[in-house]
Amino acid sequence: MTEPAITPELVQKHNLTPEEYAHAKKILGREPSYTELGIFSVMWSEHCSYKNTRPLLKTFPTKSPKILVGAGEENAGIIDIGDGLAIAFKIESHNHPSAVEPFQGAATGVGGIVRDIFTMGARPVCAINSLRFGPITGNGAAANNRRLFSGVVNGIAHYGNCFGIPTIAGEVYFDKSYEGNPLVNAFCLGVLRHEQIARGAAKGIGNPVFYVGPATGRDGLAGAAFASQDLTEESAEQQRGAVQVGDPFMEKLVCEACLELLATGAVAGIQDMGAAGLTCSTCETAARAGTGIEIELNKVPQRVPNMSSYEIMLSESQERMLIIVHKGREEEVKRIFDKWDLPWAEVGFVTDTGRMVVKHRGKVVADIPAKKIADESPIYQRESAEPEYLKEVRAFRLDGISDTTHPAEDLKKLLAWPSIASKNWVYRQYDHMVRDGSVVCPGSDAAVIRIKADSLPDAPNEKLPEKLIAMTVDCNGTYVYLDPYEGGKAAVTEACRNLACSGAVPLGVTDNLNFGSPMKPELFWQLKESVRGLAEACRAFNAPVTGGNCSLYNQSPAGPIDPTPTVAVVGLIDKPEHVTTQWFKDEGDAIILLGEIADKKDPLLGLGGSAYLQVIQDKKTGTPPPCDLETARTLHTTLLGLIQSGLIKSAHDCSEGGLAVCLAESCISQLVGRETPRLIGAQIDLAPFTDIRLDALLFGETQSRIVVTCAPLDAAKVVERAKLLGVPAVQIGKVGADKLVVKTPATEFSAPLAELHDPWWNAIARAMA
Amino acid sequence: MNFAVLQFPASNCDQDCVHAVRVTGHSASLLWHKETSLGNADAVVIPGGFSYGDYLRTGAIARFSPIMQAVQKFADEGGLVLGVCNGFQILCEAGMLPGALIRNRDLQFHCEQIFLKTGNFETPFTSKIPRDKIMKIPIAHGEGCYFADEATLAKLKANNQILWQYCDATGNLTDTANPNGSLMNIAGICNERRNVAGLMPHPDRASEEILGSADGRLIFESVIDALQSKTIKKAA
Repeated sequence: MTEPAITPELVQKHNLTPEEYAHAKKILGREPSYTELGIFSVMWSEHCSYKNTRPLLKTFPTKSPKILVGAGEENAGIIDIGDGLAIAFKIESHNHPSAVEPFQGAATGVGGIVRDIFTMGARPVCAINSLRFGPITGNGAAANNRRLFSGVVNGIAHYGNCFGIPTIAGEVYFDKSYEGNPLVNAFCLGVLRHEQIARGAAKGIGNPVFYVGPATGRDGLAGAAFASQDLTEESAEQQRGAVQVGDPFMEKLVCEACLELLATGAVAGIQDMGAAGLTCSTCETAARAGTGIEIELNKVPQRVPNMSSYEIMLSESQERMLIIVHKGREEEVKRIFDKWDLPWAEVGFVTDTGRMVVKHRGKVVADIPAKKIADESPIYQRESAEPEYLKEVRAFRLDGISDTTHPAEDLKKLLAWPSIASKNWVYRQYDHMVRDGSVVCPGSDAAVIRIKADSLPDAPNEKLPEKLIAMTVDCNGTYVYLDPYEGGKAAVTEACRNLACSGAVPLGVTDNLNFGSPMKPELFWQLKESVRGLAEACRAFNAPVTGGNCSLYNQSPAGPIDPTPTVAVVGLIDKPEHVTTQWFKDEGDAIILLGEIADKKDPLLGLGGSAYLQVIQDKKTGTPPPCDLETARTLHTTLLGLIQSGLIKSAHDCSEGGLAVCLAESCISQLVGRETPRLIGAQIDLAPFTDIRLDALLFGETQSRIVVTCAPLDAAKVVERAKLLGVPAVQIGKVGADKLVVKTPATEFSAPLAELHDPWWNAIARAMA
Repeated sequence: MNFAVLQFPASNCDQDCVHAVRVTGHSASLLWHKETSLGNADAVVIPGGFSYGDYLRTGAIARFSPIMQAVQKFADEGGLVLGVCNGFQILCEAGMLPGALIRNRDLQFHCEQIFLKTGNFETPFTSKIPRDKIMKIPIAHGEGCYFADEATLAKLKANNQILWQYCDATGNLTDTANPNGSLMNIAGICNERRNVAGLMPHPDRASEEILGSADGRLIFESVIDALQSKTIKKAA
């Protein structure tokens, strides 16, 4: 097969700049072959190389004594959870594929992240996700947004359900900026013992290299490069072939077989073929071990005849793994993969040359220094400039905004706003209970799973203490758009607050930076500023970043998305009795607000960027509520102390929609079973708060506020202890009856619980009907 | 007692079923589908999952696995076999239980807690369930709509083979309580001989309070009681 000649146009088509191409030539000491050009193109795409973001990522805190595998070292970070156990977790985006083909795009997003976790030797035990779409109500573009939303949810359900992993938490926001460029960020968490950690390194000169899993086809050619470009209608159409097709059945078999094989000790190194397929896995394993690797493409199982070396190297066919086996133990690989009826092939061996040598039918088609291509990717310090729109945002004041006159109606409208409404239409389609570990299912501030002895890979009948892991994923993109630095801080803070509400202490963070093109100074400024905020907040909560993903070029012809650095935080709960949920529990319980009723130093009193301004006043502007990290940290540790003393019956934080939405959700969000919510009322007295306008009092989104309940006899103790620790606390009401009644300085309003529950519970199903 | 939990390619509730048996204090072990003998198993559980990726039809390929011949023989000789979710689908495909499970009526996957009313307490799968008990047990399936022709339904009814029906929290067999459109709200049935049963809900996910309900344990405890108190065939 003749390969095309390398021309400047061909180089450009591969998204390499002339400078990058020159550097590639310097590394090789000659002109690259066509296959090599393809290899450089994917290895130096943003998706694989982080060339535009690496300097920023270095500012994240990444160290803690509990970290066993840190950020950037391997496919996923690993954290010690005590008693010889550890968790591996990571989040990754599949935005562009999902925009083009929502079902397969989202499905393979789940497949990819699950593979990253079992590659580490961990058994995947739960998944969560963070999704963004354009608005789903109304006509016109909304119809396409609904198609994408429904396709993505179906794809995640299809893959996760069949694989048998509970999808236990998530978040979904709808905003115009995501129209045409939805975000699909998938997270997976696995568990393992310390000694079970597997490495993606091609160790041991002469060790054989195995390819396992289904045959390589032409699907997903150069998907990583596709993900690193702007999305246009044209590119979407042309790139449909870059979207991979997932087979969760195959993935389940590959996972089981790999875990079984890892337990034998025959494996020297293991890596999944994710982005950039065979290219990335061979290069990276050799680079990590400081060795070389030689493979013969003729031996790679192929789905179609006559595939070129370029196609085989760049294919992103799913569910494939590269395994380096200790010499002499090949039979064990064969036995186990035959048992699971999985294809396998010995395709090469580890060398001491430091080079990645690819042969096709005996002829060398690529010969590249592995470490250089993996580690010497270009790094760019992009230009940044503060965007113009922020001037208007900062100038916004409430003077021209009339105060609410129908608070009960406004509350119902907010509850029915799809970004706030219950996501039951989504999570009911996900199997969120498989694996017998789901302690707190979707619908509370954070999900909680238990790790039991038989959750671990290769589980013998051993006695192990059960562990409780809480997790959540958060990001208010509107805040980040209106103030990237404060918005970045707020994303981490909200995630940590959600963990605190569930009774958990944060262990670590994985982040997914979804932004527009780094070539545009204003968009790069958004990225830079939000990373500054994220990093500062991670430090404040002692939550190191263990890895993550960057997805740039998220823009459609209509413009860039709101900058959306989604943050998943994982935490540990000490004891089962500390697991706390958001809904009110018993009649007569005292309702206490921890935190200030409103931030008086904020001229917008928490209404900047709020759901209230967007839904009721049709304005998406104003500086978002500032996020003071010291205040937040004190609040979280105080709440945890109260929970651990056994005083707290429920805890729910104030976020979108403010105090009123928080209270309403606490009344209506408990689900007993199908069509059977447990509704419980509350009498709230906000009359003492006379110095704040009503809309800000009810719907303002001042940070660091949590509504807790406790037995009436404990109320004084909770308030006193919180104050002692420096957290403002005041009893604002009590639980009971069949209405939410709120007394305000000027008036009183009430809503029957069914009238609050119905719009909140059914809004999304109605939009999708 | 010793339970054999079958493991097909892409069974994914196999470990859950083993776990649920073990919390009752009994033992369970996984049995690979290519095996041809049940060993010394006292009872068989066919777990949930997506055996063979649900290709062709749910359960349609798994029924041809070598182990299913041994299961058939075991059942013919009176051994107790419980199929959960995909296991129920496999038993129907294998002809060991009447009827079929088709796509949910809204064409969506449903994972949620549902309520179950027990229709016959005189079987090895239901004897330990208190008479007035409405059980809360989760479902998780896309194809759980029970379907059979009228003659089969009439026979199921006449023989008291309908073991569980979807109901609301207070025990009424309403249409809204039915998550998938199953005829007569059927969630689970047994064969005429009452030694083979299948149900779509997952008792394996409702065997401990920390998971929100321990009602499913009553089903496993019924099987154990039957094995302990009566002469039930052991695997050869």
